[in-house]
Amino acid sequence: MYNFEFTKPTTIADAVAALKADEAQALGGGQTLLPTMKQRLAAPSSLVSLTAIPEMQGVCMSDANEVCVGGATPHASVAIHAATMFPALAALANRIGDPAVRNRGTVGGSLANNDPSACYPAAALGTGATIKTNTREIAADDYFQGMFTTALEDGEIITEVRFPVPEKANYQKFVQPASRFALVGVFVAKYADGARVAVTGASSDGVFRWAEAEAALSADFSAGALAGLAVPGGDMISDLHGSGEYRAHLVKVMTGRAVTAAA
Amino acid sequence: MPKDHGIGASSKRREDVRFLTGKGVYTDDMAMQGQVHAVMVRSTVAHGKIVSIDTSGALEMPGVLAVFTGEDFVEVGGNPAGWLIHSRNGEPMREPKRPVLAHGKVRHVGDAYAAVIAETYAQAKDAAEAVAAAAQIAELPAIIDMKTAVADSSNRVHDEIPDNVCFDWGWVEDNRAAVDAAMKAAPHVTTLELVNNRLVPNAIEPRASIGEYFPGTGNYKLTTTSQNPHMTQLLISAFVLGIPEHKLTVVAPDVGGGFGSKIYHYGEEALVLAASKKLGRPVAWTAERSESFLSDAHGRDHVTKIEVGATLDGEILAFRTETLANVGAYLSNFATVTPTFLHGTVMAGPYKVPHVYVNLKTVFTNTAPVDAYRGAGRPEATYSLERVVDKMARELKLDPIEVRRKNLLTPDQFPYTTPVAVIYDTGNYQATLEKSLELADYDGFGARAADSAKRGKLRGIGLSTWVEACGLAPSHLVGVLGARVGLYDAATVRVNATGSLSVMVGAHSHGQGHETVFAQIVADKLGIPEENIDIVHGDTSKVPFGMGTYGSRSLAVCGSAVTKAVDKIIAKGKKIAAHMLEAAEGDIVFENGSFSVAGTDKSKSFGEIAFSAYVPHNYPLETLEPGLEETAFYDPGNFTYPAGAYLCEVEVDPETGKVEVVNFTCADDFGNVMNPMIVEGQVHGGVAQGIGQAIIEQTSYDADGQLLSGSYMEYAMPRADDMPMFTVDHSCVTPCTHNPLGAKGCGEAGAIGSPPAVVNAVIDALQRGGYTHVTHVDMPLTPSRVWQAMQG
Repeated sequence: MYNFEFTKPTTIADAVAALKADEAQALGGGQTLLPTMKQRLAAPSSLVSLTAIPEMQGVCMSDANEVCVGGATPHASVAIHAATMFPALAALANRIGDPAVRNRGTVGGSLANNDPSACYPAAALGTGATIKTNTREIAADDYFQGMFTTALEDGEIITEVRFPVPEKANYQKFVQPASRFALVGVFVAKYADGARVAVTGASSDGVFRWAEAEAALSADFSAGALAGLAVPGGDMISDLHGSGEYRAHLVKVMTGRAVTAAA
Repeated sequence: MPKDHGIGASSKRREDVRFLTGKGVYTDDMAMQGQVHAVMVRSTVAHGKIVSIDTSGALEMPGVLAVFTGEDFVEVGGNPAGWLIHSRNGEPMREPKRPVLAHGKVRHVGDAYAAVIAETYAQAKDAAEAVAAAAQIAELPAIIDMKTAVADSSNRVHDEIPDNVCFDWGWVEDNRAAVDAAMKAAPHVTTLELVNNRLVPNAIEPRASIGEYFPGTGNYKLTTTSQNPHMTQLLISAFVLGIPEHKLTVVAPDVGGGFGSKIYHYGEEALVLAASKKLGRPVAWTAERSESFLSDAHGRDHVTKIEVGATLDGEILAFRTETLANVGAYLSNFATVTPTFLHGTVMAGPYKVPHVYVNLKTVFTNTAPVDAYRGAGRPEATYSLERVVDKMARELKLDPIEVRRKNLLTPDQFPYTTPVAVIYDTGNYQATLEKSLELADYDGFGARAADSAKRGKLRGIGLSTWVEACGLAPSHLVGVLGARVGLYDAATVRVNATGSLSVMVGAHSHGQGHETVFAQIVADKLGIPEENIDIVHGDTSKVPFGMGTYGSRSLAVCGSAVTKAVDKIIAKGKKIAAHMLEAAEGDIVFENGSFSVAGTDKSKSFGEIAFSAYVPHNYPLETLEPGLEETAFYDPGNFTYPAGAYLCEVEVDPETGKVEVVNFTCADDFGNVMNPMIVEGQVHGGVAQGIGQAIIEQTSYDADGQLLSGSYMEYAMPRADDMPMFTVDHSCVTPCTHNPLGAKGCGEAGAIGSPPAVVNAVIDALQRGGYTHVTHVDMPLTPSRVWQAMQG
């Protein structure tokens, strides 16, 4: 690790100001950034911790039936406090990493990093969440722009994420055996106006919606409705842990299981 | 009622108190006065010519004290292989020098070609980056695939070795023609080509070393993560740096696991010693985890074709194997014995088979060195045998259990000389087989499979019956086979004046529990409390010359040395008692911790004898020396041959290919057991590593020699939730016939016996599930591999 400056502001305004410094970098739970810095693969000149800002903490319900999670809320907190509001979201949070990761890693950090194998992007895209930043609100459909790429501008901070609560939902994660990130993760949600299916871990473009499955499930929310559908395989990741063909196959299997578990 | 102390008691591991409360003292915990830090500069290419290394920029950087390169060590010796193996044609193996730092060429990613010493770790790290940036290394084509390495002499890991082969070995070469004939005549031959996957050892504590030079005396001290400090001392003294043994102390303090990877002497140990002399400061080095992945000796990595010749009713007539064994870029210390004598000598398995022939070529590649890893050669043999026997049974439509029953050696056949030239002294393979079937409720498998099917899972059951040769090793035998050392061990028992004991042992404990078990043995034999005994190990200045810990040898060999030394203490105690009790020595009886005159009530306690030995006010000094301290060396008469039967049950998810191990049953014969709890723990750990190898541990180099699985993001280590609850039994006992404890050793068994049981179970599940085209899947049986195999 190289030397860096460290600040821990207590207001969003102070954090935004601190991030204007040259080569400043926001720090959520540090579960990706700190190991990267330890390996000298990243060298920000200053880190701005977002974990001491009270208005970026906590889980609550909005009047519009959304679960609102402060951007610096750790996964463990979501697992506990969203358990009755949105069980599928709480279950997803409760299976990220291990207890140490869940008590440090934050929803904002996960979404800002947009790792192609992370879990939260599937929940955000699968619910059509709203990503609220210090300057604007971004629809999930506009937010994810490919592996490690998002709509966030430099210095923009995710202050809150609002997840519309579905009628039914489930997240199925098939883990990569070493990292236990999602080799394939599928978030399925049923709303009054249709179903959404978001897939993480599989594509080199990062999280994506499986449109054909959404159409089929909107008409008939059952695993059987997926029969005959093929998963688009072109952008699937191929690596040590599975070919693109295998990942495409898993997308369908995990989608079916998620529908069955949600139904 | 179980014993509560001494031999056979499950005494709690005394060392665990410090390990579990953070009170252990490991090498990196030590901060020597004035210590400075070394960082190695490692190759990022698999194969390259070192054109130049410009260290001038680094030397100008803050805190930098010195930069070493291979040039600094050209005059010193090389790190040798411990065994000289001869090829089938009689030629000695090709043995390239292994330098302290790479010189001329770098030969694998992670090969250290320079080292920076600086006041702080961060300064050394910064300067190491500068050295790397200023080094010119011309990349050469990487030699990764063994078959290509052997076939293509234009690319060479070592320029003087044209076909990259270290040796081409036959065992037993005289069997070759008879085995070929038997195979030709056999009514059925089953052939299987398989890979024994490469493993990264992943000890929880990375390697670390501190070198100290004391100018006042000219003495050196190396504190290091070693499984056998005396061998490291010998190698540095006799081969690498030439520091005489009496001027070099090697200390291995608490060591956090080794699994073989810390048996060997590594270049970093020589580097810190040389640097400490040059700088007059202690020099410390600790590997980062990524360095461990790249530079610790890896394990396994065999590609094997095995054939079994059999009658149509499953009687085994012959085994024949052809193997390519990867040794990586350099010969690590045990790299030549692991694939040969630790592998070929158990290739008859537990079977009465008249004909066995093993052919093996060891191959240099541009990968990390490969050496002994828990089991070392014997897992490779067991995996090949137990997979091919299972496949043969399936091809002949025979029950794999009946095939074992038909071919296992029977108790009346011991001692048994195998066709691969070892003598199994004792065993009862039927007993462990039947015990495993009983404990695993084999008869209830059908009902369990039906239950799995209801949940959409394919259930399978797999068996492995195995035997290993351990308790390394009889010097008289290994000397004939090419060992450059003896393989005895040693112990000194020092009775202190107040009756407490310090026992100095040659074996090194890095998690095994020696401090507990050796104390149990001594306490049992002397009739004194375990807590009165301290076990001292891991310091060449304190303990007698021992050969360290590996090969399931500590109890069978060092434990026997402890036993012999205690016998000498008792004999000396009798002399003292005879003097004190004014009786003839022959009339003294030692029982329950006291020396008495037979047939009288005259006696002296052990404590009184000890005190007298050190306060010898009226000793007849011509016939009785003061003091009570004895040393014994023990050299075993034979290997020991633990054996057992393992049954594994798996569930395979047919939609994803994911394998879950749901039941695992071990019936082992370890001979006499000193501490059942520790034995069970050793089996749990071994089986966990075996299951890890079988289903998730995957070491992968790409064609350029980059290690794709160089971190825990990509290299899967087994975790508790990958494991079922184990059923472990060691009630089938045939005591070892040739050591005083009757003990055989248990440290490696789990890792040896389990991989074929897991793979056999998966194949069974797939076959039962209708995937009859799947007759083999190479380890690790990851979900994607199993799914791919199911697709046909």
